[in-house]
Amino acid sequence: MPQPALIELQDIRKIYTSGEVEVRALDGISLTIESGEFVAIMGPSGSGKSTLMNTLGCLDRPTSGKYILAGRQVSGMDKNELAEVRNQVLGFVFQNFNLLSRTSALENVELPLVYAGVSGKERKRRATEALERVGLGKRLDHTPSQLSGGQQQRVAIARALVSNPKVILADEPTGNLDSRTSIEVMALFQELGRAGITVVLVTHEPDIAEYASRVIVVKDGKILEDARREPVRAVVPPLPATP
Amino acid sequence: MNPLQTLRVALRALWRNKMRSFLTTLGIIIGVGAVIAMMAIGAGAKSQVEAAFAAMGTNLLIILPGSTSQGGVSGGFGSMPTLTWDDLTAIQTEVPTVKRAAPAMRSNQSIIGEELNWTTSITGTTPEYFEVRSWPVALGAPFTQADVDGGTKVVVLGQTVVDKVFGPNSNPVGQNVRIRNIPFQIIGVAAKKGQSATGQDYDDAAFIPVTTFGQKIQGGLSKYITGQVFVEATSADTTSRALSDISMLLRDRHHIAAGADDDFSIRNLSEIAGAQQQGTDTMTTLLASVAAVSLLVGGIGIMNIMLVSVTERTREIGVRMALGAKPRNILLQFLIEALMLSIAGGLIGVALGVGTATWLAARFKWPMLIQPNVIIVSVAFSAFVGVVFGLYPARKASQLDPIDALRFE
Repeated sequence: MPQPALIELQDIRKIYTSGEVEVRALDGISLTIESGEFVAIMGPSGSGKSTLMNTLGCLDRPTSGKYILAGRQVSGMDKNELAEVRNQVLGFVFQNFNLLSRTSALENVELPLVYAGVSGKERKRRATEALERVGLGKRLDHTPSQLSGGQQQRVAIARALVSNPKVILADEPTGNLDSRTSIEVMALFQELGRAGITVVLVTHEPDIAEYASRVIVVKDGKILEDARREPVRAVVPPLPATP
Repeated sequence: MNPLQTLRVALRALWRNKMRSFLTTLGIIIGVGAVIAMMAIGAGAKSQVEAAFAAMGTNLLIILPGSTSQGGVSGGFGSMPTLTWDDLTAIQTEVPTVKRAAPAMRSNQSIIGEELNWTTSITGTTPEYFEVRSWPVALGAPFTQADVDGGTKVVVLGQTVVDKVFGPNSNPVGQNVRIRNIPFQIIGVAAKKGQSATGQDYDDAAFIPVTTFGQKIQGGLSKYITGQVFVEATSADTTSRALSDISMLLRDRHHIAAGADDDFSIRNLSEIAGAQQQGTDTMTTLLASVAAVSLLVGGIGIMNIMLVSVTERTREIGVRMALGAKPRNILLQFLIEALMLSIAGGLIGVALGVGTATWLAARFKWPMLIQPNVIIVSVAFSAFVGVVFGLYPARKASQLDPIDALRFE
């Protein structure tokens, strides 16, 4: 008996109407993503890749179509149920990190657990664990302004990880990072993939997409190309010798 | 997520923005502070007036004899004695609304002790006087009806006179003083009564039996009472009734024809007290409404800042929603933030108000009375303001769409 797919989209449409004009951001997308896949979604701006991402992230509700996430029909859920799904099944990583300012790394990572109703002690333990996993075990009390961009993104990844999600959704996670830190972050995602977590990322940089095991190209709200291939292994280059 | 955790989230959010939080509460702080200070001073003024009138005696009527009229010049009330001793007896026995009545004849005389002397107002009266004026004798005892009947030379001194003639904290009971060169034995010291509503010192006085007064000070007791009669009505409600009863009785006794003017005058002091109290009440209400308006403005200030805060923190709200915050978590967080701000503002305002009132009272020697219920009401009202004006921004925040909130720049 085949295992049901982790993510299943059936003929998803998202249509915005502003006045007379009708914009089909998503125009009949059907897609399945299996557990443990590392998917990169690519496409030019305005192609609908962000809308697809938001739909996958239960942040946006499709106009029509069926979305099944981890065995639950998400399309048709109300705001509260969607919040619960986001909290328990999904983890988010954003381009601009979106950490709470003037708040320690530990507290930032604890945030999803606060909304999950986890007790304070347990929260702290799990948040510390998640930060150690991304290599920031010594930066627990640092606030975002005291951390570099790469470190901030790793805090954000720890925050996405802390609730043991099935899927991590990353929207241009390397968009604000230099190439070296980008590779660091991609290496982290590949590691998560090996640990069985599904990673879906949106990027417009082909070299970032190379680290994924599957690349989906979206254009005009439709899937243009969907290819599985052997990913490039993210190896962080050694630091250049400082003169 | 339970409310306690929401409370902690809200407190942390406020703590992260200490300065803004403080500025937000400033309106409430000033509003509550103003309410507390104004009410404290208003209540103080009111209690001072009340105390002054309580000191005067309760349910008190004062009967003044008529005026002389010579060659078209009226002498004013009290210039012609028209009240007789029989009138007094009739008032005491024939008017049911009268509880007690006492004559008071006054003369300024020097009281000479062994070393010091002091000129004061000497009142010739009867033992009822101390009852009518609700003025107990602190040391010794008041004179008795037997003293009045026998015309004994005894005196009850006011506290100020004791201080001036014998020095403070002395007990002169049993010693003698001379008034008009006649030795009087001190049998009592009247309890300290303080100042009248007009600032007159009640304690600068001495009291002797009315008969002694007539014989030794005035030089012969006549048929007329050369002074006033103090009347105590049976209760506050019967005071005005007693006034008209006495008026009728005296008109009848003096054979005054209908339509002719009274040859006496009766003053109702509780009415004056009532009018004064109304004055201070009006003042307090006025001050309180000004303060209430400032509280309202403070509330609007909280709403403004909370609205700005919702806009400014749209991204934060988006992040929280993406991480699993439900609309009601966001609603509660912002509502609690507003509530915390207004309650904290209320409490700081109470401290400020109490401080200001105390300072004003000390600086300008104003009376002050801090009422606990005013404090409770203003803190409760500021919490109410917080909920009312926090609700709109909080609703606005909770109804944001997660993606719109996340995309907000």
